[in-house]
Amino acid sequence: MLSQESLAQIDRELAKYPADQRRSAIMGALRIAQTEKRYLTNELIEFVAGYVRIPPVAAYEVATFYNMYDRKPVGKYKLTVCTNLPCALSGGYSTAEYLKQKLGIGFGETTADGKYTLAEGECMGACGYAPVMLVNNHSMCSHMTPEAIEKKLAELE
Amino acid sequence: MTVYAKGVVFEGVDFDNPNHWRLEEYVKRGGYAALKKILNEKITQDEVIAEMKTSSLRGRGGAGFPTGLKWSFMPRNFPGQKYLVCNTDEGEPGTFKDLDIIVSNPHALIEGMIIGGYAMGITVGYNYIHGEVFEAYQRFEEALEEARAAGFLGDNILGTDFCFQLHAHHGYGAYICGEETALLESLEGKKGQPRFKPPFPASYGLYGKPTTINNTETFASVPYIIREGGQKFLELGKPNNGGTKLFSVSGHVNRPGNYEIPLGTPFADLLEMCGGMRGGKKLKAVIPGGSSAPVLPADIMMQCTMDYDSIAKAGSMLGSGAVIVMDETVCMVSALERLSYFYHEESCGQCTPCREGTGWLYRIVHRIAHGEGRPEDLDLLASIGDNIAGRTICALGDAAVFPVRGMLKHFRSEFEYMIEHGQSQFAALS
Repeated sequence: MLSQESLAQIDRELAKYPADQRRSAIMGALRIAQTEKRYLTNELIEFVAGYVRIPPVAAYEVATFYNMYDRKPVGKYKLTVCTNLPCALSGGYSTAEYLKQKLGIGFGETTADGKYTLAEGECMGACGYAPVMLVNNHSMCSHMTPEAIEKKLAELE
Repeated sequence: MTVYAKGVVFEGVDFDNPNHWRLEEYVKRGGYAALKKILNEKITQDEVIAEMKTSSLRGRGGAGFPTGLKWSFMPRNFPGQKYLVCNTDEGEPGTFKDLDIIVSNPHALIEGMIIGGYAMGITVGYNYIHGEVFEAYQRFEEALEEARAAGFLGDNILGTDFCFQLHAHHGYGAYICGEETALLESLEGKKGQPRFKPPFPASYGLYGKPTTINNTETFASVPYIIREGGQKFLELGKPNNGGTKLFSVSGHVNRPGNYEIPLGTPFADLLEMCGGMRGGKKLKAVIPGGSSAPVLPADIMMQCTMDYDSIAKAGSMLGSGAVIVMDETVCMVSALERLSYFYHEESCGQCTPCREGTGWLYRIVHRIAHGEGRPEDLDLLASIGDNIAGRTICALGDAAVFPVRGMLKHFRSEFEYMIEHGQSQFAALS
């Protein structure tokens, strides 16, 4: 269900923890699975749980608790915009509004062509770079003015 | 972004050099000298802890607990595994200092953790890194590889019989995991829901074993203290507030960024370093220690110095050193609405007063902000706050209440105006 490369990455996560504490690797394992498959289906969560050798429910509780795991289909590019106070003081809401207009979708929605999903994020711990946006959970973009958004979207074509 | 480096964590870091974070550059600016000193001169565990106590270093994560004292709580002769954990789960709105540490000076943190492991007889450590900063997590992993390859980390460090393993654990989006026992649960691969204390982590921590948890900046300050001496560190700051500290300044200033300055520096000086207010506007208010800290109006803030004691005396807290600056155009109802939403969103759901109460707080502030406030709402907010604060397992409940109390204390008239007129005198956040 996952590529050899992903499984090797999960093995590296498992090696960080004591042999009798494999459960500790579930967060990393789910992240690796999601990165390959874009989102987590119940079948995928169950597969990862089996690989880590923990009950499926233990993996499911992690997948549902942490908000960067996606359990519904998302676009090729998931754009998460921080609107928390420090970002909002530097134009976070304008950034979000610009993206909504540009993509024609609201928060939690995906464009019809399946290319973009827009999400509202909470503090990403990068307020000095406000407004900040995250692409596919892992790539942080700083100072997201309309010009910077245009430039970024062109890169994502 | 600006990094103003006049302190123990970033001094000497050449940010223009793309390799500034690498081991080779760190060693050039005196890195790993503290670890070598300890191992070569056979400095004892007690001596290291005594030096930490002399330094008066207080935990940089927000609580400000004396680090040397915390280290002395660790059972030295415990028969079995003990753990050292670093909290880089930096998600308090306004805080972004630990991000810059693991990106720009990761080896200071690694060396600090190795020294901590030595002082407390711990052989395994984890650094828990905030979910949203994946690229920083990758860089930290790379720095760990460098340290292992150079013999600073792993088995038989620098040819001695001292061993210390260190790994990075990546979070995935939960503010609550910044709370130390939630962080431990998360490290164990569970939902990040805080534990009852006591027992404290020093007796029952990761996997039920004695564990010490410190913040990133705390650990990153350790090499300097060992290298230069605790007394020198103490003298950089002021009594009971030793050393320099990173302040993350965000909001309406010309140069947001991290400013590493001596504790006790006047706020007015810090504001000047940041290039003053953006667009020449007037300062209205400051949240001096991350979103959980009660807001302070400009006139009080301008009298404060940036240290634990001065900010506490003014009725707020220094917290993690996140300074959110707001100018005269900000609608405080709108600002509080956003913060209340955050705490509601991030409550882990374990304790009823917090799970339900944060939702009530948010919905009431929301209706005030949308012109539907009722005359009794302000008393209701205060009453709900009283029924959350102190009645939950962890401090998230308190953290949700403090901003409400701060706003009602200093900016009550803005809330009253909005309830009465259905609209604000100021523009909403945009």
